[in-house]
Amino acid sequence: MATKHSRAAARLMISPAVLLLLGWMIVPLAMTLYFSFQRYNLLMPGMEEWTGLANYQYFLTDPAFFDALTNTLLLVGGVLLVTIIGGVMLALLLDQPFFGQGVVRILVIAPFFVMPTVSALVWKNMFLNPVNGLFAHAAKALGLQPYDFFAQAPLASIIGIVSWQWLPFATLILLTALQSLDQEQLEAAEMDGAGPLSRFFHIMLPHLARAITVVILIQTIFLLSVFAEILVTTNGGPGTASTNLTYLIYAQSLLQFDVGGGSAGGVVAIVLANIVAIFLMRMIGKNLEA
Amino acid sequence: MGSIVLEKVHKLYGNVEVIPSIDLTINDGEFVVFVGPSGCGKSTLLRLIAGLEDTTSGAIRIDGNDVTETPPAKRGLAMVFQSYALYPHMSVRKNIAFPLKMAGMDKAEIDRRVEGAANVLNLTQYLDRRPGQLSGGQRQRVAIGRAIVREPSAFLFDEPLSNLDAALRVNMRLEISELHQSLKTTMIYVTHDQVEAMTMADKIVVLQAGNIEQVGSPLELYRNPRNRFVAGFIGSPKMNFIEGAEAAKRGVHAIGVRPEHIALSKDSGLWKGTVGLSEHLGSDTFCYVNVEGIGTLNVRTSGEVSVHHGDTVWLTPGEANIHRFDKDGMAIR
Ligand SMILES: Nc1ncnc2c1ncn2[C@@H]1O[C@H](COP(=O)(O)OP(=O)(O)O)[C@@H](O)[C@H]1O
Ligand SMILES: [Mg+2]
Repeated sequence: MATKHSRAAARLMISPAVLLLLGWMIVPLAMTLYFSFQRYNLLMPGMEEWTGLANYQYFLTDPAFFDALTNTLLLVGGVLLVTIIGGVMLALLLDQPFFGQGVVRILVIAPFFVMPTVSALVWKNMFLNPVNGLFAHAAKALGLQPYDFFAQAPLASIIGIVSWQWLPFATLILLTALQSLDQEQLEAAEMDGAGPLSRFFHIMLPHLARAITVVILIQTIFLLSVFAEILVTTNGGPGTASTNLTYLIYAQSLLQFDVGGGSAGGVVAIVLANIVAIFLMRMIGKNLEA
Repeated sequence: MGSIVLEKVHKLYGNVEVIPSIDLTINDGEFVVFVGPSGCGKSTLLRLIAGLEDTTSGAIRIDGNDVTETPPAKRGLAMVFQSYALYPHMSVRKNIAFPLKMAGMDKAEIDRRVEGAANVLNLTQYLDRRPGQLSGGQRQRVAIGRAIVREPSAFLFDEPLSNLDAALRVNMRLEISELHQSLKTTMIYVTHDQVEAMTMADKIVVLQAGNIEQVGSPLELYRNPRNRFVAGFIGSPKMNFIEGAEAAKRGVHAIGVRPEHIALSKDSGLWKGTVGLSEHLGSDTFCYVNVEGIGTLNVRTSGEVSVHHGDTVWLTPGEANIHRFDKDGMAIR
């Protein structure tokens, strides 16, 4: 019962948790903001001084920034595209009754449990490596020139690896949504003369809209900050070909020791994430309403 | 046209025999009701006719054509599901138009038919709502609308009224009957409620455990039930069955007499008993009378007769209305 009294008690009870979380968030945010206005280089300790907007000016006019921005958006968009389309198709397949369904479902979910550095290294060394990789062997067996994935299509390779990690998540969410679809609706559509494709586009896809929205929102949060996969494979290269915003901030702060510039990049990243969030909610947020 | 013939239709789910073997002829324009207790295979039979389930063996003919292997969409039948199965993300208009759109009909004709159906079903002002914004009865009507715009050769209804409240059920019963009067299309209607069966049907098919117990008009089934199951299932309240000495006196295994065919008197009669419960419906009163050596009999009296718990009364069955059954439960004529 939500009486006045119980509501006051509830507020009191959750306030420690809220305060803790708030502090946890506010302190690093405030420090980042503070550092972003400082000239702060780890190679010159004790020389910190106020520089106003100089850090922002350097970060935003750095040509690498625009590369990183496009790469970030391409990475998020590309992985979303692959995981949603692939996830819907896998969910449709897994929804069919077949022998060994339980085992196959567990296998499909497995990649999600592999940590990003490990899966990226496995892909780098065992699949995509131009000398020892499985794909190189396959190409040679067919008499073709092995393809050097990370040199020639670095961003696409990373999109592939990250998609592989997130496909299970999308599949799982979409599969549960698909299973909650009332079979009688499909039967009604069948009697109404809708073929398999019409049933998919007119009945299943609208039913999946909400689940797809959830997948997009959750994945976007994590995909904006992809880092480990880039660090252990391409190191952002060649050049800036696979540098995203997260990686650029890392490079600025810890490879060039420019904490001030890195912090400014962090603030820019926060702004960008919020722009993406507003944009997404505008576009697909209405799907979440009951 | 819409005559439907089932020939030795047999259905297994895995190893479970749901329908052993059914032969049935449904004539064009008939209102046929499949009635039987829950789980007796009514829905399965309807879905076999619709094509949503495959027959294990046997044949189904519609207008003389063998459709046993024909997919549901090509059978020219329309179905109204128990859960309505409306498309939740489409407006009422789009729901009703869906089968026409799938058939590739042109826009103007679709609009004309949708408006027509909405008119018949009093849905005109709801055309732009979603199913979620409608009441149960309105959803039911949308489901019917979606069926009638296709102008099918037969309608299939699977317990369409079971989700509605009692008053609405009576209304919709009338509406569906009226629809049948005006369309004159074959309708197959599944229900577990014998009142719906009695009030709506031209022909009732009584099912039990996947077998047809009897086929006939409502009054035929009421007057001449073929066996004890039909006798007990058709008619409300249930027929009273009496076994033992009283039946042996008439040379049969069991006799049955309906509550409305027993006269109750306060001073003389064939069987003497005491009144247990009585249910006062206003127009009628149903008394449960405990008769020594026979058991509890349900008796209908007019609402004006006043009887009370514990009263001693005499009961007299109308001899002409006594049903006789042999050991296997078959009626003896
Ligand atoms: N898909 C199925 N698989 C196995 N058994 C089923 C299936 N559908 C129905 N049955 C069984 O078939 C019998 C008849 O079911 P149904 O036709 O739905 O009954 P009714 O509609 O008369 O209540 C029931 O005993 C039910 O358990
Ligand atoms: Mg049923």
